[in-house]
Amino acid sequence: MIRLEKRRNISKFWTTVTPVIAVFLTMSFGGLMFGLLLGDFSSAFGAIKLIFWDPLFDENFASYARPQLLVKAGPIILIAIGLSIGFKAGIWNIGAEGQYILGAIFGASVALSLYPQESVLIFPAMILAGALGGFIWALIPALLKVYFKTNEILVSLMLVYVAENILASVSQGLLRNPEGMGLPGSRNLKDYPSAHNSEILVNSGMHWGVLTAFLAVILAYFLFLKHQKGYEIRIAGEAPKAAYFAGINPSKTIIFCMGMSGLLAGMAGLFEVAGPAGQITMSFNSGYGFTAIIVAFLGRLNPLGILLAGLLMALTYIGGEIAQLMLGLPGASIQLLQGMLLFFLLATDIFTNYRIKSRGS
Amino acid sequence: MKFKSVLSGVLLAFGFGTVAFAADVKVGFVYVGPVGDYGWTYEHNEGRLAVEEHFGDRVETIYQESVAYGADAERVINTMAMQGADLIFTTSFGYMDPTISAAKKFPNVKFEHATGFKLADNVSTYSGRFYEGRAIQGHIAGKMTKTNKIGYIGSYPIPEVVRGINSAYLHAKKVNPDVEFNIIWIYTWFDPAKEADAAKALIDQGADVILQHTDSTAPQAAAQQAGNVISFGQASDMADYKPFPRVSSIIDDWAPYYIARTQAVLDGTWESTSTWDGIGPGMVSIGEITDAVPADVKAEALAMRDAIANGTYHPFTGPIKKQDGSDWLAAGETADDGTLLGMKFYVEGITGKVPE
Repeated sequence: MIRLEKRRNISKFWTTVTPVIAVFLTMSFGGLMFGLLLGDFSSAFGAIKLIFWDPLFDENFASYARPQLLVKAGPIILIAIGLSIGFKAGIWNIGAEGQYILGAIFGASVALSLYPQESVLIFPAMILAGALGGFIWALIPALLKVYFKTNEILVSLMLVYVAENILASVSQGLLRNPEGMGLPGSRNLKDYPSAHNSEILVNSGMHWGVLTAFLAVILAYFLFLKHQKGYEIRIAGEAPKAAYFAGINPSKTIIFCMGMSGLLAGMAGLFEVAGPAGQITMSFNSGYGFTAIIVAFLGRLNPLGILLAGLLMALTYIGGEIAQLMLGLPGASIQLLQGMLLFFLLATDIFTNYRIKSRGS
Repeated sequence: MKFKSVLSGVLLAFGFGTVAFAADVKVGFVYVGPVGDYGWTYEHNEGRLAVEEHFGDRVETIYQESVAYGADAERVINTMAMQGADLIFTTSFGYMDPTISAAKKFPNVKFEHATGFKLADNVSTYSGRFYEGRAIQGHIAGKMTKTNKIGYIGSYPIPEVVRGINSAYLHAKKVNPDVEFNIIWIYTWFDPAKEADAAKALIDQGADVILQHTDSTAPQAAAQQAGNVISFGQASDMADYKPFPRVSSIIDDWAPYYIARTQAVLDGTWESTSTWDGIGPGMVSIGEITDAVPADVKAEALAMRDAIANGTYHPFTGPIKKQDGSDWLAAGETADDGTLLGMKFYVEGITGKVPE
């Protein structure tokens, strides 16, 4: 008979190994699914290879797919790093999607109000405005929690819908392109050199937002490893009572964590609207704020883990598209594959907290 | 065809060369929803299948479903171009800027953008005059409503949708002066849950006709559940809901256009154009009007369809005033395409404002 026995300490070994096992299981069962879909199991391996290998290493795809991987992963990682700060403290900001939208609106507003003047100061000002937009939007649930004890999960989530309505409104009104024949959507910032978040190196995919995401990974790493504030956050999450008696102010922790995550989400929104997306439109947001929640947990709230999880998530998107194009696989099958990845990660997670014991029957 | 594309994909995946078999032309399609939406995207995909059927081995098609607007769209279009697509149809309004941007990068690839207005040397636009179908819907709706309340599910307040509302309203009002339109905007083309919620809300507010400008069949299902509400298929026939609640439909038929444009690329005669075809040329057609509609109403509707088709009747014929009471079209005057393409105002009598 097999039974599970709780570990005294979380297994470091299994924490590292289980994501690899989960990816392997996803590939196996995903391949099985693709084989059934295509009615041909010999092509299943090809499908898996198209998704996980070819975007990185195939000579036909890699030159374009690698930079795109960074473009896709950048905002997700940046948001996820911010969220992980709060999640460690047990503060659940579910509304990064809304903060992402507000960051984009604030940042784009700076550019659109200065159009068509050119200055090197415009882009930095946009970044500050983007960060401020996300920060303010995250501060609403933070302050409501501090002063009225509201639930930040609900408030931050509801504010996503408010943000979506603001986005729809400014796309058609305040920020609408005056030369757009009355159609919704702002000017395209790609056509405005001072405001364009261009690639730092041509065809590298590396725009300022991707660079910021990498910087955020490093800073978060030091925050948790070296800095007093990182320690306070961990204590607040793991032992709230102890934190309280140690004189750690819970209100300040809430405001810091929500504010930081909002700030980073806002910056992600700004970098996206000024770069890959180019314009404020009614459907500008594409769910990065929610995907980032998954990535934060996939990466086990560890900055390096989030970096890898974000890249892996991006790989399933980019590779999934290639597989769809090449093999005519349905789009939903790629979502199923992403779902499998999460499922197997959570399922194998049990080995980090439990060990398997067998005893004779 | 499918076997071949699978085979070529596998060969490619195993590194047996870049092209395992060579079609003369490769055509890509970018879809905003899933091919199984049984509405807008479904019909575009039917057009793609018609291209495969028509050309056989000479043409290979590829497609991508549920592509989000913005950066995702641009990446998908670029990837298709790099996979060797010679002609790419981007089938939703929001793909306009990504299409133009990709067209700059791939000057040798031809692009066709549905429902937009930006052209380039290698970018054409095409769309259907769906407002012609809306006129017929409005007539049937005005005649059949008992509560005099018509619910309208709008996607985005862009000219295409506003035009449809105005056309339906004018023709409902003409046969039923007491008719009222209640419009809900849901800011998505395809979201069955939101579409169903909107339909239920409209029905709760007394609507016994549901018109939709969204892509799924969820509003049809909501109408069916209510039992005494009629609906119209949108973009596709939505025949599963015949004969009631779905009493008729607007069907987009892209196949002839897609075949013609693919042929033009094969022949080397492709040129940038702007196509806006209606019932006459067959890009828009009216699905079966079921027996749930009284015979006289059906006859009137078909007569209107034929008059629009042969050009003797234009759905926007004056006198028509704008919502604010100002004159738009004098008696007998018909609307010009420029005004229709940029339409951002309601006609007189519609309550509420076009969202700003």
